[in-house]
Order: sequence, then structure tokens, then C-alpha cells
Amino acid sequence: MSFTSRRVRSVAAAALTVGLALGMGACSAKKDNAGSDGSTGGPVTISLSYFGTPGFTQAVKDFEAANPNIKVDIKNEGQTKDFVPKLAQQLSAGSGASDVVMLEEGMLLQYLKDNKPFANLLDLGASSLESEYLPFKWKNAFTADGKKLVGLGTDVGPLAMCYRSDLFQQAGLPTDRDAVSKLWPTWDDYVKQGEVFKSKNLKATWLDSATSVMQPYIMQNSDTWFYDKSDKYIGDTNPVVKKAYDLGLDMASKGLTSKLARWSTDWDAAFKNAAFATVPCPPWYTGVIKERAGDAAKGKWDIATIPGGGGNWGGSYLAIPEQSKNKKAAFELIKFLTGKQGGIDAFKEAGPLPSSQSALADPQIAGATNDYFNNAPVGKIYVDAAKTLKPIYLGPKHQALWENAFEPAMQAAEQGKLTAQAGWDKAIKDSKALAEG
Amino acid sequence: MTTNVEVSGPRHGRRDPVSPTPRRSLRLGRLDIKYSPYLFVAPFFLLFAVFGAYPLVYTAVLSLRKNTLTGGDQGFVGFENYTKVLTDEHFWTVIGNTFGLFIISTVPQLIFALMVASWLNKKMRARTAIRMGVLIPNITSVAAVGIVFGLIFADRYGLANWLLQSVGLDAVEWRNHRWSSWTAIAFMVDWRWTGYNALIYLAAMQAIPKELYESASLDGASAVRRFWRITVPLIQPTILFTVIISTIGGMQLFTEPLLFNYGRIQGGSLNEFQTVAMYIYETTFTNNFNVGRGSAISWLLFLIILVFALINFLLVRRSVRGQTQ
Repeated sequence: MSFTSRRVRSVAAAALTVGLALGMGACSAKKDNAGSDGSTGGPVTISLSYFGTPGFTQAVKDFEAANPNIKVDIKNEGQTKDFVPKLAQQLSAGSGASDVVMLEEGMLLQYLKDNKPFANLLDLGASSLESEYLPFKWKNAFTADGKKLVGLGTDVGPLAMCYRSDLFQQAGLPTDRDAVSKLWPTWDDYVKQGEVFKSKNLKATWLDSATSVMQPYIMQNSDTWFYDKSDKYIGDTNPVVKKAYDLGLDMASKGLTSKLARWSTDWDAAFKNAAFATVPCPPWYTGVIKERAGDAAKGKWDIATIPGGGGNWGGSYLAIPEQSKNKKAAFELIKFLTGKQGGIDAFKEAGPLPSSQSALADPQIAGATNDYFNNAPVGKIYVDAAKTLKPIYLGPKHQALWENAFEPAMQAAEQGKLTAQAGWDKAIKDSKALAEG
Repeated sequence: MTTNVEVSGPRHGRRDPVSPTPRRSLRLGRLDIKYSPYLFVAPFFLLFAVFGAYPLVYTAVLSLRKNTLTGGDQGFVGFENYTKVLTDEHFWTVIGNTFGLFIISTVPQLIFALMVASWLNKKMRARTAIRMGVLIPNITSVAAVGIVFGLIFADRYGLANWLLQSVGLDAVEWRNHRWSSWTAIAFMVDWRWTGYNALIYLAAMQAIPKELYESASLDGASAVRRFWRITVPLIQPTILFTVIISTIGGMQLFTEPLLFNYGRIQGGSLNEFQTVAMYIYETTFTNNFNVGRGSAISWLLFLIILVFALINFLLVRRSVRGQTQ
């Protein structure tokens, strides 16, 4: 008997070992979707990864209603900085990426250069859609040789200036949005009004961060930023970058900025605490403000025109990774989300201005008001601004150069850890090293 | 079964898998004694091979190649990745941060853990509950710890600054100075690990014979003296163990400083509290997605931990042994 049980034991141990090995093997086995391209008739589930506040909830519901055979699994991936590394790993590993992924403009540009992981939307039938989109948005998503279309544009970012009318009132400034717009035709005027505001010694500052003027100022005044159009680094010689940097730090040295790092917890809380009076806001930013400032601030924010004229800040794209097994269904989803109805749904939900021309012309957008922003005619403000948009060439690693090299150095200078000159030197040195690395 | 075996005899048994012969059973038994221990420890080594050894070797291979996540493999480059890293001042900044953070978090942590352990070693009410209680911080999700401490040490609307201001001190911009960010992160690390180390010390202390203390106190040794002359030298191997474990953990510090800066991998606008592990992540998974460079830093970190753990081992062994002389 004893030998039997011992034998059983060793067999069991062997079985356990083999079982473990098999178990590990099974982990790496891929889950395969039945009905692999949506045309087989059976229901198909595709996934959609987004970051930030694009307002896809209602649009996806409408899409599912119109396409009963396609179910959409929506994945909120947090902020761009969380999503960028995740997506890079998934694309490199060849599995794990969603069927549809949202790409911020800077991410798209990087993937235009290394475009292998993405499907060519022209092959999926995108070529007939050209007239639907704002021309610069459509052209931006092509590879250098013009043969591959990587993404379709969801939204564009014409600029405006959001302001807190309750703080303006306390400071004795006009609160009516037309009168506010007239306060600051230029950035110099904007700085002067900031000094008036500061002289009233309210608890709030004029602007959240010196870095907030960079995007608007550069987008308004240049068609390049860190790269020239042949992808050569020009951050050190592009005069507009230096001017924008000086403008921001000049405001910081005058005590007009809150010195907050954008997208930090303190920055989030500052919206609730009415810690600053103005902030440049493209349409997608209205959702950002609403989410952070909360119901208590409803009606206290308003929207005026931005100093210095038109410019584009941000705006995203939707693309399909080559690894997707449901490209047809995924393309249907992209077409819908970037099309008229998807654009209108997103605009109503979170405020981003669609890049679909037919959506822009629709009275639901052109005539829209935003009750959170004191019923501001956001449709008119942003659609007008969208007409003046000039495209800007950002280049392959723009997002990393800005977020990981330039912005931290500028913040260090704003916080007084470095002099303005030392901050500039560091911003240039780090971004240049990154561009060439 | 046994009778069956006897009847069938040795000669037929070989061909009959159902009823083995005594000789066969003997051989199986010997095999069992000889090899089953290996079989029992095999799961660990299998898992280690897959999740430990293989990544280690593959990382070494990658560190000698130019390889990016977005661009793929671009060929063998020798030690170029290593020379680039070693000549980059960013690397030395993060090395300094990692060692600094290690020292200001681990030294107080282990001393405090010793004190907690000697306190837990006394007779008291609800002893088991209290002993288990010190482990609670350790089983709390590190992400939750990071978020809560991030809020406590928030610059403007945080609890720590509120306390400082309520006793008339100036608010501190925690993320803007090296010393303040290190202090805040050390709080997080210590909060999590002090109890864990205290329990390990406690286990060692319980193995010390009571008679030693009794005779020492009869000789007139004070409590403090008994602690330093009896307790500490006798748990020396355990102290060595915790020092090695803390060294490994401290050198790989990642989550706390990352969450402290709201998930920003740079660790402060001038990298004030970016650790080596964060730098590896930044190099590999953001910016240029440079897997080769990231692998080189990983290997350098591995070697540093090896050397540093050895130094700590020797230092602590010598100083603790000194106590007994």
C-alpha cells in the first residue's frame, strides 16, 4: 500500500509540474474572435481605446443602434501620458491593442513615420470621404509619400479664452463676453489686464501656468514649432518659440500665473477653488473645465475670444492597428465617430469641435450654446474660429519634446528653481537631445 | 495488491504496467527518493526560468542592440548603449536620487522597526491583534498609498501643509525641492515597510532565551543596554536579511515617487526625485521608446544592486558584530 501511495504522489507531482507548464502555455494563447471581419453576419465586438474627455458615450450608443451587428467595448485609458506607453507596447508586441485607438495629434505624427503598425484607411474605403473633413485635418494624417492614410480626424482645436466672470466682477472688469473680448486684442493687452486684475489683490491669479500661453501663441504665429518641414530640429532657432517662452515667463515674474503644473491634482483642485481667472480653451477644453470645476461653478465660467487671433490647439484622430481582426467593423465605427452624427453627439456631450464639415454646418453645432459656460454661443465662437485655422507642422516627436523636455524646464523656471535664461537653455538642450536621440 | 505482486513474480512483472515487480518498485522507490525533491522545487525554478532568468538574459541581449518599440530591431551596436548612458548626466542624477532616497528612507525605517519590534515583544493585552496590525500598511495597495500620500503632501490643498501652517510655519512646495520631495516619499516607503520589518525582527527576538535577559538584569544591565548588547547582536542574521531585502527594494523604488508626482515619469521638473527605475521606464516606454538603452540601464542597475547589497552586507555584519566585543 505504501508504495502505491508513494507512486501516486510522484505521479501527482509530475502531473502538477506538467499542469503548471501547460497552464503557462495556455496563458499565452490568443483569444480569437469568431466572425472575424463583420461581414459574416454574426455579431462582432470591437474595442475602442480613448484618453481624456472626447465624449464618445452617446455617439457609440447611436452607432450600436445603427449597426446592430457590432458591439463596441469602450476603454478609458486615462491621460495621453498613460496611453502613449501602453499603446507603444501593444503595437510592438503585435497584440493587445484595441480595434480602434484614439491618437492625439502628436502621437499621430510619430506614427506617420513608423506607420507599419497601422492599417491604411484608404484600403478600407476612406478615399471617398475626403470632402467630409476640414482639408488640413484630412491632409495631416497622410504619410510623407501621400500613399497611406493613418487616421481620420475627430476634432479640431480652434482657440478661445475661458474666464471666470465672478472673479472678473470682483476685480471690477467687464463680465460680458463681447466686452471681455475687446479687453485683449493682443497678448500685450492681455498681460496689461492681468496686471490690473492683480492690483485688486484677489486670492486668484490671472492665469493657471506660464506654460499655458505656449500652445496658443506658437499656433497663432508660426507654422512650425520644434521641427522644420524636413523634420530637422529648429526649437533653438525658431524665434516664435523663444517669444512665447518669454511671454509666459514674463507673466510669471509679474506674479500673474498660479505656477501650477497642468494635469496635476493641485491643478484639478485649483479649478474647484477658483484659483485663476482665465485659461486658453480650445473646444475640447470646455469638457476638461466642466469635469474639474464641477457643478458648483456652473454659470461662472464664460468664453471670450483669445488674444492674438486664430490658432489650433490639439484635436485627435482615430486609427486602426494592423493587428485588428475586425478592420471592417472598426472602420465603420471610425467613419461614424468622425462623421456628422458622431461629431454632433461628442460636441453635445463634452464640447470638442468636430472636424466633419457637415457637422460644423449643422445648426445643432453652429447654433449651440453651452449652459455650463453661462449659455455662451460656443457654436458660433468656435465655428468662426475654425474658419481661420492655419495648420501647423509639429513633426515626429513633438509630444515627447514638449511634455517631457520643454515643459518641465519651463515649469522649473516658472517656479523659480532656474532663472529664465537657465530654464530656456535646459529646455533647448533637453529637447534637442531627445529629438536627436 | 501485495499478494498480486508476489504471485506474478519478477520475470513477468516488467511487461505488466499494472502490477509492478518488487525490483521495479524498489527502483521506483529509489528514483522517488532521489528525484522527487527536485520535482517538488521544480515549480519555483520553472517560474524563475520564465519570469527571472529569461528576461535577464534577453535584456542583456537587447542592451547590445539598437532597438526601439516603434522602429523595431536595427542591429548590433556593441556597448554603445552603455557608453551613452554612462556619459549622460541625467543617469547620474537619477543614481544620486535613488541612493539618497534609499538612505533617508531605509535607515530610519530599520531603526524604527527595531524599536517597534522590541515593544511588540513585551507582554500586553491584545498582543496578536496588535502584532498583526502593524502589517496592515503593507497589505494596502501601493497605488492607494501613493494617491493618499500624494493628497496629504499636495502643495496647496494638502493636509501636511495645513498642519505646518496651523503651527505657524510656512507651507512647503513638496515637489519643488529635493529635500522636501525625498522626505515625503520616505514617509510613504516607511509607512508601508516598517511594520513588515518589525514583524521579522520580532520573530527573531522570540528565539532569544529569556535567561540571558534575566541574568543580565541581575548583573544590573539597564533595558537600553540589554537591547543593544543582547537583542541586536543575537538577531544579527535577521538584520542582515532585512538590509539586503531593503536594498533591493530601495534600489528599485518606482511606484511611490511616480504616484507622488501624479504619474509623471520625470519626477519633478528638474528630475528631483526620479529614480533609476523611473528613468528606465521613461527611456523604454516614452520619448524615443528606446528598448536597447533601457535594457542597458536595467543591467547597470542590476550590477549596482549586486555591488551595493554586498557592501551593505559587509558593513552591517562588521558593525553589528562590533557590538558584542
